[in-house]
Amino acid sequence: MNKLIVSPSPHIHTGVSTTSLMRDVVIALLPAVIVSVIFYGLGELLVLAVSVLSCILLEWAITKYMLKKPSTICDMSAVVTGLLLAMNLPYTTPWWVIVLGAVFAIGVAKMSFGGLGQNLFNPAIAGRVFLLVSFPTYMTTWKMPQGLFGADAISGATPLGAINEAVLQHQSISSIVSSYDYGSMLFAGIGGSAGEISAIALLAGFVYLLVRKVVKPWTTLSIWGTVALVSLLFWIGNPDRFTDPVFNLLTGGMILGACFMATDYVTSPMSAKGCVIYGIGIGFITLMIRYFGSYPEGMSFAILIMNATVPLLNRWFHQKKYGRA
Amino acid sequence: MSQTIIWTIAVLTVVGLLLAVFLWFVAEKFKVVEDPRIDQVEGVLPGANCGGCGYAGCRAFAESAVKAGNLEQHYCSVGGNAVMKQIADILGIAAVEKTRQVAVLRCNGTCEVRPTANTYDGWASCNAEASLYTGETMCAFGCLGLGDCVASCKFGALSIDPQTGLPVVDQEKCTACGSCVKTCPKHLFELRNYGPKGMRMVVTCRNEDKGPAAKKACANACIGCGICAKTCTHDAIVVENNRAYIDYTKCKLCRECEALCPTGAIHGVNFPKPLDKEAVKQRVNERNRKAREAALAAKSESKEETA
Amino acid sequence: MSKQTFHIGGIHPADKKISRDCAIEALPIPPTVYISLSQHIGAPAKPIVAVGDKVKTGQPVAEPGGFVSAWIHSSVSGTVKSIGPRKDLSGKSVPSIEIAVEGDEWIEEVDLSDTLVTEFPEDNKAIMAKITSGGIVGLGGATFPTHVKLSPPPGQKCERLIINGCECEPYLTCNYRYLLERGEQVAVGVAILMQVLGVKDATIAIEDNKPEDIAHMKDVVAKLAAKSDKFRGIEIMPMMTKYPEGGEKQLIDAVMNRQVASGGLPISVGAVVQNVATAYAVYEAVQKNKPLVSNTLTYTGDCVATQHNYEVRVGTPLSFIIECAGGMPQDAAKVISGGPMMGRAVSNLDAATVKGTSGLLFLTAAQTKRAPATACIRCGSCADACPMGLEPFLLKRLALAGDLDGLEQNAMQDCISCGSCQYSCPASIPLLDIMTQGKAKVMGVMKARAAAAKAAAEAKAAATSAK
Repeated sequence: MNKLIVSPSPHIHTGVSTTSLMRDVVIALLPAVIVSVIFYGLGELLVLAVSVLSCILLEWAITKYMLKKPSTICDMSAVVTGLLLAMNLPYTTPWWVIVLGAVFAIGVAKMSFGGLGQNLFNPAIAGRVFLLVSFPTYMTTWKMPQGLFGADAISGATPLGAINEAVLQHQSISSIVSSYDYGSMLFAGIGGSAGEISAIALLAGFVYLLVRKVVKPWTTLSIWGTVALVSLLFWIGNPDRFTDPVFNLLTGGMILGACFMATDYVTSPMSAKGCVIYGIGIGFITLMIRYFGSYPEGMSFAILIMNATVPLLNRWFHQKKYGRA
Repeated sequence: MSQTIIWTIAVLTVVGLLLAVFLWFVAEKFKVVEDPRIDQVEGVLPGANCGGCGYAGCRAFAESAVKAGNLEQHYCSVGGNAVMKQIADILGIAAVEKTRQVAVLRCNGTCEVRPTANTYDGWASCNAEASLYTGETMCAFGCLGLGDCVASCKFGALSIDPQTGLPVVDQEKCTACGSCVKTCPKHLFELRNYGPKGMRMVVTCRNEDKGPAAKKACANACIGCGICAKTCTHDAIVVENNRAYIDYTKCKLCRECEALCPTGAIHGVNFPKPLDKEAVKQRVNERNRKAREAALAAKSESKEETA
Repeated sequence: MSKQTFHIGGIHPADKKISRDCAIEALPIPPTVYISLSQHIGAPAKPIVAVGDKVKTGQPVAEPGGFVSAWIHSSVSGTVKSIGPRKDLSGKSVPSIEIAVEGDEWIEEVDLSDTLVTEFPEDNKAIMAKITSGGIVGLGGATFPTHVKLSPPPGQKCERLIINGCECEPYLTCNYRYLLERGEQVAVGVAILMQVLGVKDATIAIEDNKPEDIAHMKDVVAKLAAKSDKFRGIEIMPMMTKYPEGGEKQLIDAVMNRQVASGGLPISVGAVVQNVATAYAVYEAVQKNKPLVSNTLTYTGDCVATQHNYEVRVGTPLSFIIECAGGMPQDAAKVISGGPMMGRAVSNLDAATVKGTSGLLFLTAAQTKRAPATACIRCGSCADACPMGLEPFLLKRLALAGDLDGLEQNAMQDCISCGSCQYSCPASIPLLDIMTQGKAKVMGVMKARAAAAKAAAEAKAAATSAK
């Protein structure tokens, strides 16, 4: 007879693992990835490949040579970071810029804190913000999509970039807003990074995550609710100066950020209450940056700022305990 | 331009002075008067905060020692007699000397001699395993080998030998703080006198099972046969609950028990010469024979007298 | 159908009731039984027989060792061979009585017929005496002596008796079979318990993965209620299938929408919870004079060729049961006494069953071998799963750091060890293993503090009375 296994209870497990969770996130991102490749062509594919590969390699190298610990790349969190980072970059970004972004994301934002689970800031966003402030030219020069087999590229600005330009020059924004058609924003057609291209593809992925119970909707709904409410107030106050709620919800990293980046387990609060507060913070800060800041987009900054409040939110908001009213 | 500089310097100086006065005032107001000897005592303590003395840390030890004014309840085994002498000098009292001690493991159930009967698959902590069941081997008293003692040792004196699966005490690093004694769920560690030149005798087994069961579980087990206790001429060995125990205060390090132990459960360490078992056995047999003869003679004498 | 359930946390493991269609069958009596003297919560019982004595089935062999303790009876007839320590399923020595079996002769007063007796005496004292002398203990897992639970402290009144038929542990089907096959007896037991407690209402809570039970019991209770008023207050409540529905505190929350305060007893919110099997044992003891000498256990597992629900004499060696059922399943890597969530892994198959043994579950290595723990990703699954609203990720950290104050502040002592957190953890962190150690330390500190406070109060009282 073989030796019996003995362990304390429980003796069974859900079977859900960190790897399976991360795999689900990758699957959820796939629709948007596919749409962006179709839309932007091989350049986008290159950005994705460089980003994912450099993230994986970096994590492997750091665990092996610097931390001298067993490798953690099997948990696929580096893949998710790489994908999210790539989806935040224009498809024209040179490969070495992407590698630098990956170095910051994995090396500084993740591994220097102790690896998965220990990092205070979302690595992909930290990487993106690092690139945004270090290489603004590469990060803000957008070319209109040319497609997989498309014609010549046309240089252009993202909707948020155009608005920001107009506001800085004290022009009315209503004409710019009206030049965008919400339908194309929802499906595909506005300029920007892979993560901005198709709201529908991203939302489909998010619904997948919700159905698989990988994420909970509180953070996302709270961000959207805040953005809708606050921008509605501003827009009613001055439609010439401030953009409307629908525009704000559909542009920039709003969907990618709210669905995939703000909901990152490690850098978001544990309790539902904490998540709601966290979401309100992100929504509000994003809008303030969009309306009054010099950057056209504020999602990344907002998430990073609110990341820093997570330990505090975890301290303040706890689960409701049984029999301890 | 020069005026700006002068103004800046002036303003900063004044602000600095004001703050200095304020700070001085605060410092005076909230001053905590403390016996200066506490700091002195803490200064000579090793500062490991190991808790081996029974206090939360070195500071707590110092506070308590100064407050008590004597060292009856206070002994820092880490610093040893040298540090205690310094503390006694600070407090102006006589030092209490203690014999140097060392932690000793009382299990020799190596992987080779103690077969496993099942596989533990829970949290790798001896205490967790011990609270669940008796362990992977048939011996319910032996080392579990998961190293709670190693984790508890603040002085790096313990390590698990991968060959035997048992912890090894580095006797030079061990400070006899007692944390392993408290941690081990099987109570396998004991603080024993370091011994002359480190020489000491230990029964490396705590198995309370009856002989055959103990032997079946582990080839190195003490089977409680009692040969050692009968042999010992110093009355240092007691056999209780099917296992022998050597009282280190009585042991004279003659090593007779070690030579006679049928299972090799008794170990002498740091002896300069290897033990010549046969010679010792002969010596003991000779002595026993003489004793028997003497007893017989005494018996016949007394018989004669009564007759 | 309205689905009642508890309000905090909970998980949904696959219920795996693969032995549900196996009727309860009596296992042959083994050649020797080993009756543990410590098979209930509280003080071990004291033997009242000597080696060499002849005993009959149902004859008391040990008396309670304290207030919270229980009578123990011989489950067989034969000769007492030895009284001494014997290794239990985890290898720990427990005092036991070894009895060599000779035939199966019962003590005379036991009614061994199958006839259903629905009439029971009005005299609660007589009933309580029978429950006490019958050695009845809670068969839901805790094996708390039933007579203690039925004696509420003065000033506290029971408002509702809750009968736990949830059987929320996956695999186990004993309670399911009890309700299906012996529903009438259980209902009579419930009525007896109601009378003893002086309550008008009783709820038999059954999870909705057992619709046959729900339908059958509704039918049974309706028929009995038509005959006698004593059965009027019994209602059958279908519950949402969720683990740990059968936890005492969770069940009270689910049925009565009340929560027992931390450290409090169910009676403080007017509830008494008893298991279905306990209700059956009460029926047997009161109506048939039959003490608790046997209990049912589910013999199950995906690797087990034939599933069984066995009625087993207390003290039957596990190895004997396995032999009767056809030997150790080929792929079995772990044997569990009880269910997969809270059952205890068996390291010693020579151990004997006790009153509370509810199942013998065989799991394969693939089903049960733990994955190596990885880093916590702060997903919060553990906190979502915890039915007590605790935060295992935090408690684990505090326990590892040895922060006992922090553990107490974060309600470590409320943990019911249901295992939901560890079941849910994607990083496979042994949360419960670690927390159990932390809880033991916190409970130690709290007990010491309570004892010190009591001693201080007594000293103060003594000082004032001396004045």
